[in-house]
Amino acid sequence: MQAAETSSDVLFDGPEWTFELLEKARDVIEEIALQDLGLDVYPNQIEIISSEQMLDAYSCAGLPLMYQHWSFGKHFVRDETLYRTGRQGLAYEIVINSNPCISYNMEENTMAMQTLVMAHAAFGHNHFFKNNYLFLQWTDAAGIHDYLAFAKNYIAACEERYGLDAVEEILDAAHSLQAQGVFRYGRPPQPTAAEKEAMQRVREGYESSQTLLDLWTDSTMRRDDDGKEGEDSAISERQRELNLPQENVLYFLEKNSPVLQPWQREMLRIVRSLAQYLYPQKQTKVMNEGCATFVHYYIITKLFQQGRLTQGAFMEMMHSHTNVVLQPEYDDPRYSGINPYALGFAMMMDIRRICKNPTDEDRDWFPDFAGDPNWRGVLKDAWANYRDESFIQQFLSPHLIRKFKLFTLTNDADRPNLEVSQIHNRAGYRDIRRELAQSYDLAYLEPDIQVTDVDLRGDRELKLTHFMRSGIQLDPGNRDEVLKHARILWGYNVAMNVTEEK
Amino acid sequence: MHHFIDRRRNPKGKSLGNRQRFLRRARDNIKERVDQSVRGKTLHPEGGDQNDGEKVTIPSKGLKEPRLAHSTTGGVRRHVLPGNKEYVVGDTIPRPQGGPGQGGRKASEDGEGEDEFSFTLSQDEYLEILFDGLELPDLVEKNTFETITVGTRRAGLTTAGSPNNLNLVRTMRNSLGRRIALQRPSLAEQRDVEEQIFALEAKEPLTAKQMEELDKLQARLEFLKRKRKVVGYIDPLDLRYDTFVPEKIRNSKAVVFCLMDVSGSMQEREKDLAKRFFLLLHLFLSRGYEQTEIVFIRHTHHAEEVDEETFFYARETGGTIVSTALEKMKEIIADRYPTDEWNIYGAQASDGENFGNDSLRCKALLLDHLLPVCQFYAYVEIVDEDADLLLSSADAGEDLWQAYRQVKDQAPHFEMQRVSLPSHIYPIFREFFLPKIKGAQNAGG
Repeated sequence: MQAAETSSDVLFDGPEWTFELLEKARDVIEEIALQDLGLDVYPNQIEIISSEQMLDAYSCAGLPLMYQHWSFGKHFVRDETLYRTGRQGLAYEIVINSNPCISYNMEENTMAMQTLVMAHAAFGHNHFFKNNYLFLQWTDAAGIHDYLAFAKNYIAACEERYGLDAVEEILDAAHSLQAQGVFRYGRPPQPTAAEKEAMQRVREGYESSQTLLDLWTDSTMRRDDDGKEGEDSAISERQRELNLPQENVLYFLEKNSPVLQPWQREMLRIVRSLAQYLYPQKQTKVMNEGCATFVHYYIITKLFQQGRLTQGAFMEMMHSHTNVVLQPEYDDPRYSGINPYALGFAMMMDIRRICKNPTDEDRDWFPDFAGDPNWRGVLKDAWANYRDESFIQQFLSPHLIRKFKLFTLTNDADRPNLEVSQIHNRAGYRDIRRELAQSYDLAYLEPDIQVTDVDLRGDRELKLTHFMRSGIQLDPGNRDEVLKHARILWGYNVAMNVTEEK
Repeated sequence: MHHFIDRRRNPKGKSLGNRQRFLRRARDNIKERVDQSVRGKTLHPEGGDQNDGEKVTIPSKGLKEPRLAHSTTGGVRRHVLPGNKEYVVGDTIPRPQGGPGQGGRKASEDGEGEDEFSFTLSQDEYLEILFDGLELPDLVEKNTFETITVGTRRAGLTTAGSPNNLNLVRTMRNSLGRRIALQRPSLAEQRDVEEQIFALEAKEPLTAKQMEELDKLQARLEFLKRKRKVVGYIDPLDLRYDTFVPEKIRNSKAVVFCLMDVSGSMQEREKDLAKRFFLLLHLFLSRGYEQTEIVFIRHTHHAEEVDEETFFYARETGGTIVSTALEKMKEIIADRYPTDEWNIYGAQASDGENFGNDSLRCKALLLDHLLPVCQFYAYVEIVDEDADLLLSSADAGEDLWQAYRQVKDQAPHFEMQRVSLPSHIYPIFREFFLPKIKGAQNAGG
């Protein structure tokens, strides 16, 4: 790569950063990001923090404000121990899906790293947050800070009023079902944070005035005079009334538990709202990191070509970049699964390549955009409208499968050996692509658990059903512990049934 | 709309509340490990690293965060892996041994594979747990510390002093206040009048009215000048000086003598109790002094200086002659610890047995030789739990106890107590130091 290095244009020279240099760097990055790549970002709020503060952020899912709970303390001491003993480094940055988009940069970063990190987080991730449909549909970037502040204050107030133990009991139980506290398909209407707070105040008064009797009379007593038409119709009738089956277990408990106090219901609501807020991030790891990595790579390369970076700074950035996108092979001791940065970045670069220099194979596989002169548009469309699973299913090319030398391995517990089922050849491309896509599908990765039935007139046992796929059962130790927690929230027995799917 | 914020100055420890909740949650586990660690803990500062807090490893039981997760075994799974080298479709690979398979790692992410959990407790947290929720020592240590060197310390302001100590800010503040109060005319005011006079004088000739005005102005000017002279800009009254008073700075070196009877009657329980006491004294002193040394003297019918390991764990048989240990201590002090440099602390633990009339000799040694050079000397007698009840009266007791009681009457910095349970150690320790505080307060009042 040729660089016209003229000292007058160089952004910075040396490792130390200052706020003036950061401003300068941000301005030129912004120019490339908005003018050249045409990104669309939230306003940026870039905060410089110390390593201690980074550890704080780590323990609370990266959120700037979080209610207090012992498990966050536990994560903190674990991360701190790992960090202090040198077994784990800290991230260069953390970025939050909010408007304005807050990114935390570590003070230890050199100026070159700060530049890289700004391009990566403040523009790459930021664009993704603002444009991806999952984030737009499921999260409220403008309201999250207000909501977090509300949650923190509410839980602190509960601790004061009802005691640490009572709050801890509910939070522990709610956390154990947090992954079952999201709506995956239908979304209930979302009030704003201010409305929520007002509603919560009203609700507290209302629900405490309304007795549990109402619930029982409504759903049970009323039908006492109905003739029994047989077990099946009774079941389906009450399932319909309670809106079952319900995939959001926390939501069901919050609305229907016969034993919870209003403040306890509010805490369940907080836990599941945060789970819902974080859910899109879990579904877009590859895309989100791929987008951010592609953006930083494009920007630093452009900066270097324009002579705004010294060779030293560029080398440092590239060194860090190549570390991030390293994909160890399966038999490498460093291998720990497919690196989302590596896969995401490679796919973004590959899309650009297919647009600019398509082969015949690419034209076969991707007739829609192979040779499209507007590769920026193709990428932005992908970033906006896909999640990991659908993105891989749609865009992973044979070229990349060969490059990564992907193969699939079938692990059937009933057979003595593992079997290689597909390799990177013509016969295997589609299978491998489908398998890889599926391995990013949360609906497939996480156990499928639904509330299926409860007989309020009978034993009041809450029946959860695990729809088992491929014979993979729930981990029994965890399952029993979670059911114990669920019993606290439901007040009566909670059972887990298993149904084998296809 | 874009901006940078420097958060580095924000208060740290945002997660302190989480940490407290975590410690509270894990309290039982931690307590158990801390109790164990006391037994295994070294008293030597080099080994103990006591100012950096205490590393504890606790079982993660009770700290699990269960989640519904797929089991790591069973069923049919398919994995996509990178880096195929020689495999073709249909190849079989033996299942890796000792693990649930390649996909296991991912599935167990939230399932909590670890059984143990290590982290570091701060010094305060450690002490709090060690002494089970009792208040941390809030003891006034100064009274027990001999002071030797002299330094200076700021001691407020005075009205007299040398010019180099002049406190300008306070002086000028007084000056300004006084000038406002006494309505000292400002220079500008004076100039103003002067200018008016000048302007009038420039006009020649003057009318009678102007003459009159000129006279008035000149009188006014005279008044202003006089007043400015009387009410000075800075008056000796305004002056304030910083003062420094000489202060005795406590000697920063201390040595703790741990004396223990190791004859057969001292079993593990007794030694454990003694160790807790020594440990606490050492922790306490190491907070007050820059440098603390420990000397271990064990004795049966003869005494010797030993290292810590031997002191607590080695077995020794023989009779019991307590005075040998005191002799040894006296020797070591004479030998290595000049009393003008070192603060000397003595701590003695024994089950109260002594040979014949040796107790009288102990008393004499203490009174004549050791107590005059010691800052403090503590004796703990470790007794059986039931014996503790029998001996509830301080008058009862064996020879050594009786002899030491006489010592206590004569020496205020000698303390003695009986101990039978670990939970007694801290209250007793506190008691040892409390009377001195009271005494100081009485003397002060």
